[in-house]
Amino acid sequence: MGDSVTATGRIEIDFERCKACELCVPACPKVCIGMGTAINRQGYASAVFERPDDCTGCAICAETCPDACILVWR
Amino acid sequence: MSAPPGKARFSKAVYARPRSLVDVKSHFCPGCHHGTIHKIVAECIDRYGLREKTIGVACVGCSVFLYDYIDVDVVESPHGRAPAVATGVKRAQPDKFVFTYQGDGDLAAIGTSEIIHAANRGENLSVIFVNNTTYGMTGGQMAPTTMLGQKTSTTPYGRDFRGDGYPIRMAELLAGLEGTAYSARVAVSTPAQIRKSKEAVRKAFEMQINGMGLSIVEFLSTCPTNWGMKPLDAQKRVLGEMSEYFPLGVFKERVQADFA
Repeated sequence: MGDSVTATGRIEIDFERCKACELCVPACPKVCIGMGTAINRQGYASAVFERPDDCTGCAICAETCPDACILVWR
Repeated sequence: MSAPPGKARFSKAVYARPRSLVDVKSHFCPGCHHGTIHKIVAECIDRYGLREKTIGVACVGCSVFLYDYIDVDVVESPHGRAPAVATGVKRAQPDKFVFTYQGDGDLAAIGTSEIIHAANRGENLSVIFVNNTTYGMTGGQMAPTTMLGQKTSTTPYGRDFRGDGYPIRMAELLAGLEGTAYSARVAVSTPAQIRKSKEAVRKAFEMQINGMGLSIVEFLSTCPTNWGMKPLDAQKRVLGEMSEYFPLGVFKERVQADFA
């Protein structure tokens, strides 16, 4: 993660804040986000940053997230 | 989550939580658009540097917890009375920025009289109206904006116009009033719509800053819990059925104030 040559950005999903609504999954134009299996303290299986190599740091996922739990860096 | 190793490489923050949005966990159900709309409002408050001079007015419903999530002073008003309370706040302190944040059971049902008269008087307020076609907090009863045929806990066989009337289009209704400066309907179901809705909220806030009159932005929102849908299916409903009955767009935009 981060050492990828192709990525031009990076996101971080707040594991404890995510409510697993899945809105960010189809929002990502590069399909970088998937749903995880680990359950957080709220009882939801948080979304995970599955394919960091394709991330462009466009921040569309972060704008879509209703709980503002995605941070984006470029 | 520990800091990812890529931090040194991508160090420019492109998107972070707006400053005016308090860093707490919200009570909203997963996929509820209230969170997105809170974020848009907080971003617009940040954009105009209004945080220290804003007074929000919240009513009753899921929207009430505005005072926990947006870092501005908030007055809590009785059900539907936000435009009336906001009128008082704005008249007493005209240099403050005043906005109301209301749901559809609140603005379109019990508060119809207040919003219509506040708009007709041309009060210099901004109104954020969240239309999710149901009373979310109290258990999904029928609201005036409930779609025909929609099953709710008080219309178990679907809303029928013969007994329950038709859904009200508030943005168009208020656009017909002389005192309204800006009236728009937006949605937040796709990234493009989110950006357009930010534009609409910015316009609405500018109307108040320029003293043009009442500005209202109606958001089409989801209520996955009370609709009995997954968040993604609920978004599809907004894009399909709801956008057909409640067309998106700007219905009124005043270019010049009535008074010099």
